[in-house]
Formats: sequence, structure tokens, C-alpha cells
Amino acid sequence: MSGFELLPQQASTQAPQTDLLYLFLVFVSAAIVILIVLLMLVFSIRYRRGSAAPRPELRMLTTREFEIGWTAGALFLALFIFGWTGSVRLSMLAAPENAIEIHVQGKQWMWKIQHPNGIREINALHVPVNEPVRLIMTSEDVIHSFFVPAFRIKEDVVPGLYTQTWFKATETGSQHLFCTQFCGTQHSRMIGEIVVMNHDDYARWLREQPQPGDLAAEGASLFKALGCSGCHIGNSAIRAPSLAGIYGRLVHLSDGRTVTMDDAFIRDCILEPRKNVPAGYDPKMPSFKGEVSDGEILRLTAYIRSLKSTGPSG
Amino acid sequence: MTDAAIGQGMPKAAEEPRSYLDTESFVSWLTTTDHKRIAVLYAITVTFFFLVGSGAMALIRYELTSPQGNILSDEAYNRLFTLHGVVMVWFFLIPSIPAIFGNFLLPLMIGARDVAFPRLNLASWYLNFIGGLFVLYALLAGGVDTGWTFYTPLSTMFANGNVIAAAVGIFITGFSSIATGINFIATVHLLRTEGMTWFRLPLFVWAMYAVSLVFILATPVLAITLVLIMAERLFGLPVFDPANGGDPLLFQHLFWFYSHPAVYIMILPAMGVVSEVITCFARRQVFGYTFMVFSLVAIAIIGFFVWGHHMFVSGMSSYAGVVFSLISFVVAVPSAIKVFNWTATLYRGQISFESPMLYALGFVGLFTVGGLTGLFLAAIPVDVHVHDTYFIIAHFHYIMVGGSVSALYAALHFWWPKVTGKLYPENWARFAAILMFFGFNFTFFPQFLVGYLGMPRRYHVYPPEFQTLQVMSSTGASVLALAYALPIVYLTWTLFNRDWKAPDNPWGATGLEWQTSSPPPKENFRALPAVHSAPYHYHETGEAPDPRAQDEAEQ
Repeated sequence: MSGFELLPQQASTQAPQTDLLYLFLVFVSAAIVILIVLLMLVFSIRYRRGSAAPRPELRMLTTREFEIGWTAGALFLALFIFGWTGSVRLSMLAAPENAIEIHVQGKQWMWKIQHPNGIREINALHVPVNEPVRLIMTSEDVIHSFFVPAFRIKEDVVPGLYTQTWFKATETGSQHLFCTQFCGTQHSRMIGEIVVMNHDDYARWLREQPQPGDLAAEGASLFKALGCSGCHIGNSAIRAPSLAGIYGRLVHLSDGRTVTMDDAFIRDCILEPRKNVPAGYDPKMPSFKGEVSDGEILRLTAYIRSLKSTGPSG
Repeated sequence: MTDAAIGQGMPKAAEEPRSYLDTESFVSWLTTTDHKRIAVLYAITVTFFFLVGSGAMALIRYELTSPQGNILSDEAYNRLFTLHGVVMVWFFLIPSIPAIFGNFLLPLMIGARDVAFPRLNLASWYLNFIGGLFVLYALLAGGVDTGWTFYTPLSTMFANGNVIAAAVGIFITGFSSIATGINFIATVHLLRTEGMTWFRLPLFVWAMYAVSLVFILATPVLAITLVLIMAERLFGLPVFDPANGGDPLLFQHLFWFYSHPAVYIMILPAMGVVSEVITCFARRQVFGYTFMVFSLVAIAIIGFFVWGHHMFVSGMSSYAGVVFSLISFVVAVPSAIKVFNWTATLYRGQISFESPMLYALGFVGLFTVGGLTGLFLAAIPVDVHVHDTYFIIAHFHYIMVGGSVSALYAALHFWWPKVTGKLYPENWARFAAILMFFGFNFTFFPQFLVGYLGMPRRYHVYPPEFQTLQVMSSTGASVLALAYALPIVYLTWTLFNRDWKAPDNPWGATGLEWQTSSPPPKENFRALPAVHSAPYHYHETGEAPDPRAQDEAEQ
């Protein structure tokens, strides 16, 4: 950590506006706190018990004038700040018409991003600098919240609801993406990065995304894009069974059945995971019914078939 | 019954009235209907839960000294902060001042022999206790992993902790709040002594009245919300589940409709305490009594219309958000009036700095910071950035801990001689008060900074750039823990030491509670006092305070 900073990096058009309001409020608050503390100190010293300071009568009329004065003053200040902040909020509400439209899905505990051209990412979002980006978000399970401190944006991601927010990044580089609505066990690990690139790098990045290749390779990228790799990762069998070398083997299920891991069963597992839970695991896997086409299931199966016991790479 | 008690004036002529503390068996305590004994029962359970909640926080603060989250598991961390929130909100802060000092002082301050419904009062303690047992069960059986906010659908369909046991516990203890509220309102209406008009009530009584209104109007909504959670979790009734037509935002509206007023449940009593303490040690009439009364009532009422400021980023309509923002700014005004009046009360006083006064002055400073940072959260663009970060944690701890707990300790030191008949080592008490002020700022001020830098709350693992400020906060927390523990030690010690016997009115204070013996007799007053003037009669109206008051206080 180099230096000690009090403001996070300003990396979007919203950031300087938010910080201006923030610093104004800091200034007003500091002035009031200093005023109160100073008055308390002065009174405490001057009117300490037994001091010689004169304490003449205080007229009731003066009291009333003071009360009305600071009530009106506080109300005026409050309404002024409301007027300013409220108008800033309303002016920032709508995304520009030409914004790039990105779909975001939150699920325990990952961010699934889909670009307009079909590119999918997990826990990462690549965007070009100086272009407005509109996020259309929903959740598959509990409420999450999409927070990018450097952009000063945050919006909850709610099941059954499409929420929106937008930003226009002004700096290239990588920024934190946090989930800020408590969403269960691994809430603090539901993080990602927003990678802001200049136009050339962004164009190159788009080109480098997986191109159509053989079935298994396409399955591999689907495996990542659909979020399978979030749980079925490496040889680790903690959250979900490892799929390494599993094709063709016998599998024991929690309801006592024993089945052969073949194409038909892999399809059942993807579409009806809760009816086909392997022994020893919780039925955590969400159904992908309606989310994957038959063609995609084919590619995924090809990928699983290709896995040796070393496990999926990545 | 109560009528008879009032009408009879002075029972049995005894030279030395027996204190409410002496007598009898353990069972007599558990079956008592004496408001003072019930207050002591509450004090014991509330202290116990304070220790439980603090223990959870000690582990959390220890964990947060390292960004890797390598001391506790994710599950354990989540269960600890849920425990901390649930216990501190419902079993420590909400009952603390109202159920301990409200119960003890309200009848004494208005010149009554007990509350209006003494048996209901005892029942409220049992409800609180039984609710606490459910929560303890939930804790011992593995904990709850939803946060104290129980957001759906996490709490109803995904969490695997003991949500039901915790919800039942909070549901039950809610009825204890309602019972206390009904009791206080009835007591203030019915049992004021001769000459105690509404505008001669001490501000602490007004604060209890205002908080009772919030108790009886807000708590039922919490009860309904918890029943809906249980119905969805146990029976699959789709109230909040969007897949079956429910609405997760409905939960947030219901929850915050209770939980925002609940913040005022925690702060209004504190304001009452501070008004009593500052007037006594400044030897001044409170500045602007009627404005103080109306601002208490205004906070209680307007507080019901600001809940939406917890939901600016929830997906609620942005235009509704703007309206909630406006009302939230307006509710800041009565709080500002109170701060100005406390400060002005010092003007031309005869100020001395005993420990209750130090706690009370600390309250004013910390409450001011807490209140002003509330403006940041009412300002929507700023709230969008700091919502659910450490900034909000710091803000509400400045109100609830810097504010309410400082006031609780002020009350504890101010009325300890009245409650127990004991004095305490004043220098230790002053040291603890100052230590608490610095320890508190040391703990929570860094959290404003780390919050604005973007660190989310409820994060077990966090990016390493936030570590410096988190370590500062944890260091401060250990100072704060010491400041909380010290008074518990020396105050307990005075109970077992004969040398600390207190006079009836050690501070030379004017309230009716000081006109009876310390500790008070079972029936509070030998003869019910009559009231002839406004409260805080430390000097004649419109005149400077009498310097001789100092001498009186020392005798």
C-alpha cells in the first residue's frame, strides 16, 4: 500500500460528482463538530464550578429567538443538501442511449457476465474506456449487490427482478468488483474485477475470445462460461464431485441407485441435478434447464469425456 | 390495587424504611412485582447478553487483523457477526436503558409507587428471558448465518443455520417490548403525583413516553415479519420467494419499517439520560425545555417515515428513494435542536465534571458525529457508494454505541448510588469515561475511512489494502473493551464493600427520585411528594445558577 489515501480512485464519470458531495458534507460536518466542541470547551472552562465569570440573567425571549434561529438554520441546511444531492441523483439515473448493454447474473457465489455479442465471463468484466456501459442485472438465488468502489456505483441484484445501473469508466486498469449484500457462506469471496481497456486492447481482447473450434474445446469454454468450473474445479471434491476421468464409471447416488456416467446421465445431471445427487454431496447444483441448448449439452459432454484423471485445467 | 397504594399515602410508621433490596429469598426476586427489582433482574440479563455479544465481536475483530481470513472459517465468521447483531440489538440495546433505568426510575420520577401494571412488568422480563433462551439455543446449536437483518430469500430458502429458533426468540422478546411500552404509557398517564403536569415531566420521562409509542407501534410489524419468515421457511408459504410470486423487497419494507424506528428506540432513552445528567452537573435548567420535548416526540413520529433510506440501492423505485431522502434530512433537524440545547445548557452554568457528566459530554460529541454522518447516508449519491460498507457500520455504532452505550454508562454512574445505595471510586470512573471516549473513536473512526475506500461490511476475507485501517480498528476495540470492563469491575466491587455507602442525594439533583432514600424503600416514598415547579429547578427561572449549590452538593 503506497501512501495513505482517503478517497478511492476516481475511475468513472460518477466518481468526481459523488466525491464533491462527500467532501462538501465532510466540510459542513467538520464545521458543525468544531463549533459544538469549541462551545462546549469554552463553556466548560469559563463556567466551571466556582469560577469568577459573571452569570447574569438569561431572558426567556432570548431563549426563544435562539431556538427558532437554529431550528430554521438546521432545516434550511438540510433542505439545501437534499436539493443538491437529490438533483444529482436524478440527473445520474438514466444511462446514455448508446450504452453497451451487459447482462449480469449473480449467484452464490459468483458473477456471471454476458456481453451483447455472446461472450461470457465469470467474475470479470472487460469494458472499453470512455464508453457508457449499462448493466442489466438479476440473481439466480439470493440478493446480491454489484459494487465497484472506483466507479461509486452500487445496485442490488435481486431474484425475480431486473435492476439496472450504469457507468462510464474514465481510467484504464483493473478495479474491484464486490458483492455488498450478504449472500451466504462465501459472500466475501464473491468478488471479481472490472478490466477497463483502451479501444485497441479491447478490440484485441474481443478477438482473442474463444473462437469456434472442436467440440471439446467449445465445451471447455462453455464449462467455464456457465459457471460449472466454479464448483467442479480441479481434483478438489469439496463443493462438488470432481469430473476428472469420471466418464464411463459407476457412480453411487444419495438415493441408493448406482448408475453409469454416460451421455444420457450427464444430460440428466445438467437439467435435473436435484434428482441425481451423488452420495455424500448436498443438492446444491442449480438446474440449467432452459439455459443450455441441446447443442451446448453435446459440447459439454464432449468436454467431460475428454477429461483425464488430472482434472479440468483451470 | 394501584389506586389503593397511591391513596394510602404513607404506610406503617417506621423510622428506617426497609430498602427494596433487603429481604427474603431468591424466589421473592423471581416473583417480585416491584418495578425496582424487575429493573435489577433486567440489569442482570442485559449485562449477560452484553458480554455474549461482546465476546462474539472480540473474535471478529481478532479475525479482521488479517486480510486472509485464516483464523475462523467463513461459516464461523458469518455466524459470529449474526450473533453479535441479534444479541446486541434485541437483548442488549433495546432493553438496556428503557427496561433497566426506565423501569427503575419512571415511577420514582413521577412520584408513583409502581408502574401501572406491575405483574405485566414482571411478565415482560420473563418474555425477554425466554426469548433470550431461544437465541442462546440457536447459538449453542450451531448459530445463524443470515446477519441480524434476516434478508429473504437467503433466510427463508438458503441459510442452513437455526433461523427458526432465533426468529422465535426475537418474536417472543418483542412482546416484552410491547408490554413495557404499554406499561410506561399507562403509568405516565395515570400515576403522576400531585402537581406533576405534562410539562413538568423530566425529559427522561418524556423520552420513555416517546420510546413507548415506538415500542407499541413498531414492534408488532417485526412480529408479523418474523411470522412470515417462519411460514415461508417451515411451510413453503411463498411470501418472499419470487419464483412463486413472492417479493423479496416486501421483506425489506417490513423489516425496516420496524428496524429504523428501532434505532430511535435505542437513542431516545439515551437523550433522556443525557438531559438529566447535563442539567444536574451544569446546575442549569435545561435550555429550551419545550423544544426538547417536542423534538423527542418529533423524532419518534418522523422516524416512522424514513425506513426507505435503507433501500436506496435495493431495486426500489428511485423516485420513492428521493422522497425518503427528503424525510430523512428533515428528521435530522430535531436531533440538531437537541445537540444545540445541550450545549446551550452549559452556558452560564456551574459546571463540574464528575464521571456521569464526562460520559454525557462524550455522548454529545459522539452523537453529533453519528448524526452528521447520517446526512451522508440520506444523500443518495453518497449513500449509493457507502451503502453496506464499513462507513455505515461506523455511522450506526457512533449512534448506538458512542451514543446509547455512553448514555447507558452515564446512567449507570449517575443512578448507581440510588439503585444500590453505594458510591464508587470516582477517579477510576473518570478514567473509564475518558478511556471509553478515546477507545471508541480509535475503534470506529478508521471504519469511516475504510468504508469510503470501499470495503464492504460482513467481509471475512478482504483485499490487503484495507488492512492498516482494520488493524487500527481492532487495536481501538481492545482499548474500548477495557473501558467497558473497568466499571463492571469496580461497580461490582462496591456492592461487597461496606465503606461506599451513598447519601440519598449525592449529586444535589432535583428529580423526585432523589427525594427518597438510597436505595429507595419498597413503596418508593414514605409520603408521595407533590410538585410545585418545573423540572431542573437548579436556580430561579431567568436567573443565574446559585453558586451555593456547590456547597449543598458536597455536604
